[in-house]
Amino acid sequence: MSGTPAPAQVLIAGNPNSGKSTLFNALSGGSAHVGNYPGVTVDRTTARLRLGVQDIELVDVPGMYSLTASSPEEQLAVNALIEGGTRAVICVVDATTLQRGLYLALQLVESGVPVVVALNMMDSAARLGLDVDTERLSQLFGVPVVPVVATKRTGLDALLAALDAELAAGSGAQRAAVEYPPELETDVASLVPIVARWRPETRPSQLRAFALWCLLSLGDDSLQGVPDEVRRSVSDIREAAIAQGRNLDLEIIASRYAWLDAALSQSCSARDPGPSWSERIDRVLTHPVVGIGVFAAVMFAIFEALFAGAEPLISAIESLTAFMQSQAAAILPPGVLQDLVVEGIIAGVGNVVVFAPQILMLFLFIGFLEDSGYLARVAFVIDRVMKGVGLHGKAFVPLLSGFACAVPAVMATRTIERRRDRLVTMLALPLMSCSARLPVYILVVGTVFAGQSVGWFSAGAVALFSMYTLSVLVTLAAASVIRRTVLPGPAPTFVLEMPPYRWPSAQILWLNAWRRLRIFLVDAGTIILAMTILLWALLSFPKSTAVTDHYAAERERVEQMETSEAEKSDALRALGSQEAADQLANSLGGRFGHAIEPVIRPIGFDWRIGVGIIGAFAAREVFISTLGVVFGIGEADEENTPLRQALRDARHADGTPVMTPLSGVSLMIFFLLACQCMSTLAVVRRESGSWKWPVFLFSYMTVLAYMASLAVYQGGQLLGFG
Amino acid sequence: MKVSLADLPLGQHAEIASIDCGRRLSRRLMEMGLLPGTPVRVVRVAPLGDPIELRVRNYSLSVRRAEAARIAVSPEGAV
Repeated sequence: MSGTPAPAQVLIAGNPNSGKSTLFNALSGGSAHVGNYPGVTVDRTTARLRLGVQDIELVDVPGMYSLTASSPEEQLAVNALIEGGTRAVICVVDATTLQRGLYLALQLVESGVPVVVALNMMDSAARLGLDVDTERLSQLFGVPVVPVVATKRTGLDALLAALDAELAAGSGAQRAAVEYPPELETDVASLVPIVARWRPETRPSQLRAFALWCLLSLGDDSLQGVPDEVRRSVSDIREAAIAQGRNLDLEIIASRYAWLDAALSQSCSARDPGPSWSERIDRVLTHPVVGIGVFAAVMFAIFEALFAGAEPLISAIESLTAFMQSQAAAILPPGVLQDLVVEGIIAGVGNVVVFAPQILMLFLFIGFLEDSGYLARVAFVIDRVMKGVGLHGKAFVPLLSGFACAVPAVMATRTIERRRDRLVTMLALPLMSCSARLPVYILVVGTVFAGQSVGWFSAGAVALFSMYTLSVLVTLAAASVIRRTVLPGPAPTFVLEMPPYRWPSAQILWLNAWRRLRIFLVDAGTIILAMTILLWALLSFPKSTAVTDHYAAERERVEQMETSEAEKSDALRALGSQEAADQLANSLGGRFGHAIEPVIRPIGFDWRIGVGIIGAFAAREVFISTLGVVFGIGEADEENTPLRQALRDARHADGTPVMTPLSGVSLMIFFLLACQCMSTLAVVRRESGSWKWPVFLFSYMTVLAYMASLAVYQGGQLLGFG
Repeated sequence: MKVSLADLPLGQHAEIASIDCGRRLSRRLMEMGLLPGTPVRVVRVAPLGDPIELRVRNYSLSVRRAEAARIAVSPEGAV
């Protein structure tokens, strides 16, 4: 038995779409742990595995085409290879795109780390008429090459046996040596002593590969921790090469591919199988007419699932939350503890769990689109539109999902490869008019536009349609502006592999969706729960004893009255609602609403709307129930007639009505543009890895909302719409 | 005779002559196997006219026209 405390770390690397994650799941049996790489928001999926006499830790590194890195995220795999306790790498190669996959394998072989090549999808390769002599390939590379079919779990035992042997002793075989041009060898030789000083722990046999990596990676990179000495030397070598008319990148890469082409000609034979299934499917799915039809249908299905499909589950969770609240209220004595449990903790957990159905559905959908290969076609079809505002074609599905809810939509941005593109998308998409804004629109429209019409259309319909149109335009404009100002940089390039169509595995779809959900529940969930409790406290304290005493006396008076029981209970209920309203007005939140009235008066709101906006931070639709309490109506929804009437009757201090068509439009625009949603902020915190971005998101959206409402309200008054 | 990949007729077989997409993107394309001398053809154009889909080294890759315009190719059979 070995006495090492930490298990040997084995990386699983491979091209995107090589079946890397499928193999990882097949090997780990789904018992994976998802963490985060420090500093960057890239998932670090790991699993413990028993191999022979030792435990190993399998690490699923993000898909990559090469070890060359220009961003900190691409640097992860390289860092893991150089610094981490990586003992071996399983390089997954899709046998149907052998050359490109083996390019990565060759880099790994050059790096000197123990490597086992898993030649995946051998069944598809055979169907495509490809015949691979793995024995010969293994000799040429000097590392074990094991044919596997990850989806059918074949070849896994042989793979693990090869890995075990590599970990124990290493094959000792002569490793592949690419022949580089003599000038390049001279350059590498001059760089080796310098990188040796940077990483003295690197084995001499690995220094050559590391020097090549520096030549290829450094120059226009944003890598961290590279010593100036190394940068200077690389830059000198590159400049000298350019002066001689040489292209170092081309020399290195072309030499490797030349070696690969030679190796494959000795180990591989292919015959033309005619058009593949994928080719035939693509003729339909990217057809100018049919393709767009299918595209629209698939997008509509996602939309429908998020809106209608998730609804029964969301209602069930809400009912369950309400049931738990009533149970807790029955068990606990009335008082602060009861309120904390009922309105703080249970409500907070409910606020978290309520997102589960939409997150699961969206990720099952996206997983299906991604694993089947259609997501790349979605990006292909819609990229022309997204390009105009500086977004990537892959931003489309997250943006569309934003119509349902920003929380799963922000999580969906992780299909976008580059961090900058991902951030731009997640900072713009909360402007999409999500389903939680709809109840607010409906309340306002029902209050100020009831029975009115614009031409042939009802005023309410026009207002709603305008809100949704405006939200799309503002989202695209915001993306464009953020891309140019806050996150400047080269426009996203669109170099996207169109993988062959494959039927996804239900088990893996479920595993991945479940992992995403679990990350949300744990990471974003704790923030949401904490904020719910904070908001509850803000709207509950301090309690005024004067108010409590006054209503106790009032209740006493009602009890003494000689009227019917029904009338009594009505009167008591009205008193209860009034008391809640008075307590809310006295709370910190209520006082805050009063305090901000001078600020929100110019956009047409009074302090009661202000309190509603504060409450809406828990979730936008809470605006309505908060208003219900403020106006002393008790529980209310957007169709509530007393609430609408109370809003119509509400007056400013000068006696003018609070809710006019103009202030109604101002209120709708405010809700459309403001980031009144702590869950969105919590999930942006999780997905961006820093509080900086949610703070920026909240600030820019609040300023935008205020300015827009101000322009509408003041402009409207000037034009005489007041 | 060389043309840009963006101007290569659909389905026409060609060989890559040079890539001039800036260092980072050129390097990425080269590492994905698009090198001088590599056979390539355009197999599809997106419904809205951009991007285009290439077939290279037994896989499919889509790139925008703006980038394809900076990749020079020699069409097969052309002198």
